[in-house]
Amino acid sequence: MEALDIISYFLLLGLLLVAVKVVTTSNVIHAAISLVFTLAITAATFLLLSAEFVALVIVLVYIGAVIVLFLFGIMITRAPLGQNAELDNDKNKSLALVVSLSIFGIFSYVMLDTFDSQIIITSGTSTELLGEILLSRFVFPFEVVSFVLLAALIGGITLARQDNALMDENQI
Amino acid sequence: MSVQPFLIAAAGLFSIGIYGILVRRNVVMVLLSIELILNAVNINFVVFNAMLGDALLQGQIFTIFIITIAAAEVGIGLAIVLMLFRNRKTANIDEFDLLKW
Amino acid sequence: MVNINSISFLAEGKATYTDGGAVAEYTWLIVVLPFLAALLITFFGKFLPLKGAEIALATIGFIFTFSSYLLYLNITEGVASEFFINVGSIGSFDLEFGWVVDGLSIMMYFVVGTVASLVFIYATNYMQGEVRYTFFFTSLTLFAGSMLVLVSSPTLLQLLIGWELVGVCSYLLIGHYWEKKENSSAAMKAFITNKIADVGLMIGIIVLALSTGTMRISEILYQSTHDYQSLKSVAYLAGVLLFIGAMGKSAQFPLHVWLPDAMAGPTPVSALMHAATMVTAGVYLLARMFPFYQGMASQALDVVLLFGVITLFAAGLIAIVQDDLKKVLAYSTVSQLGYMVAAIGSGAYTAALFHLWTHAFFKALLFLGAGSVIHAVHSNSMKEMGGLRKEMPRTYTTFILGTIALAGLPPLAGFFSKDEILASLNHGGYSAYFAIAVAGAFITAFYMTRAVVLTFFGDYRGNGHPHESDSMMTTPLIVLAGFAITAGWVNIPGIYTGFTDWVTTRKNPIVEYHPESFDYFALSSGLLAGLAGIGLAYYVYQVLGKPEDGDEKIKVEPVWNILENKYYLDDFYFKYIINPTKSTLSNIVDRFNTNILDRAVNMFGTAATFLGNIVYEKFDQGGIDKALNVSSSSTDALGARVKLLQTGKAQQYIMYFLSGVIVISLLILLVL
Repeated sequence: MEALDIISYFLLLGLLLVAVKVVTTSNVIHAAISLVFTLAITAATFLLLSAEFVALVIVLVYIGAVIVLFLFGIMITRAPLGQNAELDNDKNKSLALVVSLSIFGIFSYVMLDTFDSQIIITSGTSTELLGEILLSRFVFPFEVVSFVLLAALIGGITLARQDNALMDENQI
Repeated sequence: MSVQPFLIAAAGLFSIGIYGILVRRNVVMVLLSIELILNAVNINFVVFNAMLGDALLQGQIFTIFIITIAAAEVGIGLAIVLMLFRNRKTANIDEFDLLKW
Repeated sequence: MVNINSISFLAEGKATYTDGGAVAEYTWLIVVLPFLAALLITFFGKFLPLKGAEIALATIGFIFTFSSYLLYLNITEGVASEFFINVGSIGSFDLEFGWVVDGLSIMMYFVVGTVASLVFIYATNYMQGEVRYTFFFTSLTLFAGSMLVLVSSPTLLQLLIGWELVGVCSYLLIGHYWEKKENSSAAMKAFITNKIADVGLMIGIIVLALSTGTMRISEILYQSTHDYQSLKSVAYLAGVLLFIGAMGKSAQFPLHVWLPDAMAGPTPVSALMHAATMVTAGVYLLARMFPFYQGMASQALDVVLLFGVITLFAAGLIAIVQDDLKKVLAYSTVSQLGYMVAAIGSGAYTAALFHLWTHAFFKALLFLGAGSVIHAVHSNSMKEMGGLRKEMPRTYTTFILGTIALAGLPPLAGFFSKDEILASLNHGGYSAYFAIAVAGAFITAFYMTRAVVLTFFGDYRGNGHPHESDSMMTTPLIVLAGFAITAGWVNIPGIYTGFTDWVTTRKNPIVEYHPESFDYFALSSGLLAGLAGIGLAYYVYQVLGKPEDGDEKIKVEPVWNILENKYYLDDFYFKYIINPTKSTLSNIVDRFNTNILDRAVNMFGTAATFLGNIVYEKFDQGGIDKALNVSSSSTDALGARVKLLQTGKAQQYIMYFLSGVIVISLLILLVL
């Protein structure tokens, strides 16, 4: 369907542009917000691909929690808010450009060479079905991942804990 | 719709993320770039899921897992960044070269 | 290997002798055993109770027994054989060693065995407490072995070896107390004087060997008695050269100078070597080669006779002026050796050997007696002796007996032997020499009586408390005194001439005059001279007043001085021979040694060091070490470069990783 094609092209182009802004801007807040936009467009793409639940998960978890976490991190590490020219490592730039472009080239070549099919448009994914599969067939990875979350939680708390005796006034 | 634009977009996102990892000086920015990469992978999974018409929806399920793990990783990563910042008062990744020869 | 010589000329000479049988075959034992014993004493002597003396005594006892048995065989049957062991050849000359068992050698074996046994027993006590006691017995045993090698040699080569060995042992023994310079100088003097004479001996041996084509003595003697022309042309020369060798060993004038100085050695050494054995080696050589002298070199005998007579007279005169008891005996020995040599020179083979035989016994007796006196008085000088006949009766008695024997009074040994010599001189028509020999007898009696009076008569002039020596020292004296009395009775002309038979039992016959009875002219001259000497000396030294003043009464100043300075012979030698050699010759040789020889050796050393340095620097350090160092340093440098990769910056690591991924995936995509 041509309309869907055009929409998808626009979306993907926008995705790439915003992603480029993430890595090139010299303002950290702009970078974080650009990431938000990247994720949002990703969620839109997922909607297009009939993966509603995943899109929602992205919005809720990724944008809602992870980005907020990032913003917290940025604040805590006293990243200079506003334009900061020292954000990029200039020495690496050209080489990094080369590397990333070659990776892009290789990946796209491989993808184009291998995959040539069409997307099957459905009316959407049944969330019930997803839940059922998740908790029956993939229950083991599900549990493991929850443990990982638990461990990460505990680990995060432990790592970030402060000993009152060592605390400096200037620290948070 | 053809699957190829999506794949190429995912590849592009991936390489942009790579670029960001290699170039950014702030640790948090690096983590941000890592999120980009993960996101690219997510797109790939969902596209394949849609392409294959999988009855088990494995692509989507795996995407959920990836998101979960990414969240956990960001949590830990930022905790580490916090500790680093407490010790070194800086978030410049060039400063953390203690594994130098 | 060993072959019993059976050349046809056995048939000549004495008709009735045997080859000695099994005993003769084993005579090599008495030659070899002393060397083994010396080795044993060197290594084990210190641990034995008698410090090695028992091994020496056992060895010499065995030699004595064996030689006595050989003598008995010779007396009863007559023995004459020789044995050879071939050890190789040089050109056309065979190198042979072996042993002779004939009358002359048996007599020498017996003399060596007897006198050495008694001296060894004496020395066990005399040398008690002295330094290097064990080594002393090693040297004595070695000497006994060397002397036996000499007198048992059937070839000129072995004779020379024995000759030199005896010289070495003499050096060792004279210089026993080498801590004092004069003793080591005396040893050196003996050795060097002997060595000078040995040059003559060696050249003589070479001449003989080349002209006869053999080294075997019996063959040379055969050729001399059978008119071989090649030998005849060099006979006179060889005869004189051999005699020069004999002059050194037997202390003939003017090579006698070492014998008085050799008295620096211990008295048992003087008794053994310089009375009975070593000094008689020269006489033995002349006696062994007697057929040669008789047959072809009779003009050489004139030279021999001349020097013998000079020696007997000159040495006797010096003995009169000596104050050292041992020196008197030393010059007396020289004088008596002159008698023996003169006897050979006048063609009296038996007389010379007979005098050797008797002289060995009574001179050894006199020396051991002197040793006993010196041991008691702790001094050699007669000025510190006197009146010892009361304190030392046994020594006194035996010494008197020895003196009487030496002076030539019957019935003691010296009478018979000296009489034979005088008789032979008289018979040969040498009236001048006869007169000198008779005068010599007078002088002999005179100086011996002087010595006896100064030592045993009068009052004691010394500082100590002399007492008689113990039995281990006096018993040999008594035994020797017995020999001094009886040894002359084995050759009484007209009654019993056994000795003549003994010593002429040889493969090569001896041609000489054998008197049928006593030559009464010679006998009476000798007897009168002896009695006159004793009487005059006793009168001057004992009767006219104190013995020590006696010298003044007979002193004729200029003559006395010449005699005291030993005819200035030593000074002559020093001034014209030793000092020029020491200064010029030694300097030349020294410079040659330092500059040429040493420099050559040093050059080798320097070259080797230089080469070694080169090898070290270029090959070892520059090559091998450098390779090792380079490999390690290059690894180090490489590592230093490579480690720079590890910057600790994660972004760079990711960069490297991704580059690798790109490269590999390109490889896979494009190649595969």
